[in-house]
Amino acid sequence: MLKIENLHASIDGKQILNGLNLTIPAGEIHAIMGPNGSGKSTLSYVLAGREGYEVTEGSVTFGDLDLLAMEPEERAVAGVFLAFQAPVELPGVGNANFLRTALNAVRRAKGEAEIDAIQFLKLARARMKVLNMPDDMLKRPVNVGFSGGEKKRNEMLQMALLSPKLALLDETDSGLDIDALKLVSDTVNSLRGPAFSALVITHYQRLLNHIVPDRVHVLSAGRIVKSGGPELAQELEASGYGAIQAAAA
Amino acid sequence: MAAVTETIEAVQSVADGGYKWGFETDIEMDFAPKGLSEDIVRFISAKKKEPAWLLEWRLKAYRHWLTMEVPHWAAVSHPPIDFQDAYYYAAPKQGPKSLDEVDPELLKTYAKLGIPLKEQAILAGVEGAGDSPSEGGRMPIAVDAVFDSVSVATSYKERLAKDGIIFCAISEAVHTHPELVREYLGSVVPQGDNYYAALNSAVFTDGSFVYIPKGVRCPMELSTYFRINAKSTGQFERTLIIADEGSTVSYLEGCTAPMRDENQLHAAVVELVALDDASIKYSTVQNWYPGDAEGKGGIYNFVTKRAACRGKRSKVSWTQVETGSAITWKYPSCLLIGDDSVGEFYSVAITNNRQQADTGTKMFHIGQRTRSTIVSKGISAGRGQNTYRGLVKISPKASGARNFTQCDSLLIGDQCGAHTVPYIENRCMTAKVEHEATTSRIAEDQLFYCRSRGLSQEDAVGMIVNGFCREVLKELPMEFAVEAQKLLQISLEGSVG
Repeated sequence: MLKIENLHASIDGKQILNGLNLTIPAGEIHAIMGPNGSGKSTLSYVLAGREGYEVTEGSVTFGDLDLLAMEPEERAVAGVFLAFQAPVELPGVGNANFLRTALNAVRRAKGEAEIDAIQFLKLARARMKVLNMPDDMLKRPVNVGFSGGEKKRNEMLQMALLSPKLALLDETDSGLDIDALKLVSDTVNSLRGPAFSALVITHYQRLLNHIVPDRVHVLSAGRIVKSGGPELAQELEASGYGAIQAAAA
Repeated sequence: MAAVTETIEAVQSVADGGYKWGFETDIEMDFAPKGLSEDIVRFISAKKKEPAWLLEWRLKAYRHWLTMEVPHWAAVSHPPIDFQDAYYYAAPKQGPKSLDEVDPELLKTYAKLGIPLKEQAILAGVEGAGDSPSEGGRMPIAVDAVFDSVSVATSYKERLAKDGIIFCAISEAVHTHPELVREYLGSVVPQGDNYYAALNSAVFTDGSFVYIPKGVRCPMELSTYFRINAKSTGQFERTLIIADEGSTVSYLEGCTAPMRDENQLHAAVVELVALDDASIKYSTVQNWYPGDAEGKGGIYNFVTKRAACRGKRSKVSWTQVETGSAITWKYPSCLLIGDDSVGEFYSVAITNNRQQADTGTKMFHIGQRTRSTIVSKGISAGRGQNTYRGLVKISPKASGARNFTQCDSLLIGDQCGAHTVPYIENRCMTAKVEHEATTSRIAEDQLFYCRSRGLSQEDAVGMIVNGFCREVLKELPMEFAVEAQKLLQISLEGSVG
C-alpha cells in the first residue's frame, strides 16, 4: 500500500529525514517510535504534503500513485488521512459543514454521490455516539474552544467518516487520559481490515497496548534504525532509546 | 399624451423665462443625450411627468451640486470623472409579454445567479408573472426590479395592498402618494448633503418606495434587484422606506452587472425612516463588475445610505456584503433620534485584484439610552485596498447611550492593504463606547488542515473566509446568505496560490 524509499527531506535547509525506507502492506498497522527530534512529525507532514518540507531525494508510492507529485487535497481524496498532533482551529466554520464538505470531496473522488445535510447528520451522530461526543460539537466551529481530548476525538470522527486507506496518526495519544486513549484505539481498530493501513507515530508503548501493531520501527536521526514485531515496543519501554541509538551509531 | 403636454407646459411655466429644450428630440426618445445640464434635469422630470414641486426640488439640488467639489477624503484613487461624458436617462424599449421576449443575456445573468424561472419572469417584467404564489414553498419575495433607470416590474402588489403596504417605483409613488413622498423625500439625506447625494437628487431616475402602515408586520421580504445594463448609463436610484409606528419590514437589495469596458458611475441615495417602535432591516448583496485583474472597466459606487430612527424604541439594521465594484464609497448610517432607538451595522467588504473599498458607518446618538452595534469584516486579497471608516458620535443629551464596535481585517497575500479609521466623539459622561479591532492573515496551517481533508485550495480559502464573516452572514435573510457565501468564494477566485 505504502512504499517509502530512500526518503531525504529538509525544512528551512535543515536535513531531517536521511534515507528513510519503509513499506506498509495493505491491511497492516505499523508503529513508528523514536525520541524527540528524530523526524517523526516531519515524516507525517511529508506524506500528507505540507508546504515548506522539501524532499531532496527518494520516492513514495501509494498503491500505484506517486504520492510526492500530488497536492495535499489529491492525497486526501486518494485515501491518505493525517490525524494532527495539534488539530487546527477554524473560527466561524461549523464542524458539521467542514466535515460534510470533506466527506463529499472524498465521495466525489470515489465516484459516489454526495450526501445531503440530513443523511450526513445521521451518519455523523451515529459515529459521535461511539466516540462519546455530544451532538453540539457538530454546531461548534472546528476545534475552536475544544479541549485537548475533544480535538483528538474530532480527528477520530473525521477519520471514521472519511474511512481512508492509509491513516497517519501523529502522536494522537499525547495528552489523552486513559478513557480517551481507549476511544481513539477503538476507532482505529474498528477500521482495521484488508483495505486499511495505518502508521501510528508515538512516543509511548501505552497506545500500542490498545492498537496492536503488525510491525514496530524505531526512528533515529531521520532513518529507521531497528524494526521488529510488537514485542519491540515493550523492549523500548524497558530499556529506552539509548541502547538502540548507540547500537545504530 | 395630454398629460405629457401639460407637464411640458408646467415645466416651462416654472422655468426662468428663457427656457427651451437644450436638444432637438422630444420626450419620445428613450435616451437623453450625454451630459448634464438643467435641460437634462428638466428632461428627466418631464419624462416622468413629475409635478412642479419635484422639478424645483431637483433643480435646487442641481444648482447646489454645481457649487460643490468632488470629495477627496476617502482612501480611493481614480481618474477624474467626466460628468458630461455619461447618459443620465435610459429606459428599456418595451415591456415583454413572456420570457421568450426577454433579452437572453439578461436571462443568462439570472441563471448564473441561480434565480428560479418564476422569479426571473417577475424580474424581467413579464406581465402577470407575479400574480400567483411562487412554487416550492419558498418564502415569497416581492420584487421591484430596476433595469437601467425605470422600474419595469412590480410584483405582489395586490397581496401587499391588503395590509395597506405600499411597495412601488418611486416615480409611481410621486403620482399615487405625493403627500408621503413630499414629506419624506430628502428628509434624511438633504439635497445638499454631499456631492454625490446632490447629484442623485438632481437626476435620480427611479428606485423603490416602501410605506408600511402602523402596526403592520410586512408578510414577505421586499426585494430589488438592481442591474446596470446600458452602456455608459450612470445609475441614480433613489430609495425611500418609511416604517410607521409599530411596523416591521425587511428589505433586500441585490446587484449584478455584466462586463463593461468603461467605468460606470453609480450614485444611489437610500433614505429610511423608522417611527415609534418600528423596525427596518435593510440587507444588501453588492456584486457589481469589479473590473478585470488590472481594475479596468469596473463600476464606481458612491452611495449615500442613511436611516433616521425618529421614533422611540425604533430600530434599523443595515447588513451589507460588498464584493463588487472597482470603487466602493459607502457609509450606511443611523441617526438615533428617538429615545431607546437602536442602530446596527453588519458589513463584509471584499477587495481583490485592483478593487478599492472605503466603507463603514456613522452612528449618531441623539436620544437617551440609544444603542448601536457595528461589526465590520474587511477582506483584502490581490492588490485590493480595504478601509473601514466609521464615526460614533454621542451628543450631550444621549445619556446612557452605548456603542460596541468590532472591526476585523483579513489579509490574503502580501500586496493588499487593510486600514481602519474609527472616529469616536463622545460628549456624554454616561455613555459607553467600546472598540475592538483585529488584523490577521489566513494561516498556512489552516489552509493545510483543510486541504489535508480533501478541500481544494480555493474551497479552503472560501471556507475560512466564510467562517471569518459568519457574524455578519448570519444577519442576512436565509436566501441571501446562501448567495452571499457563493459570492465570497467567487470574488476570491485566483487570490491564493
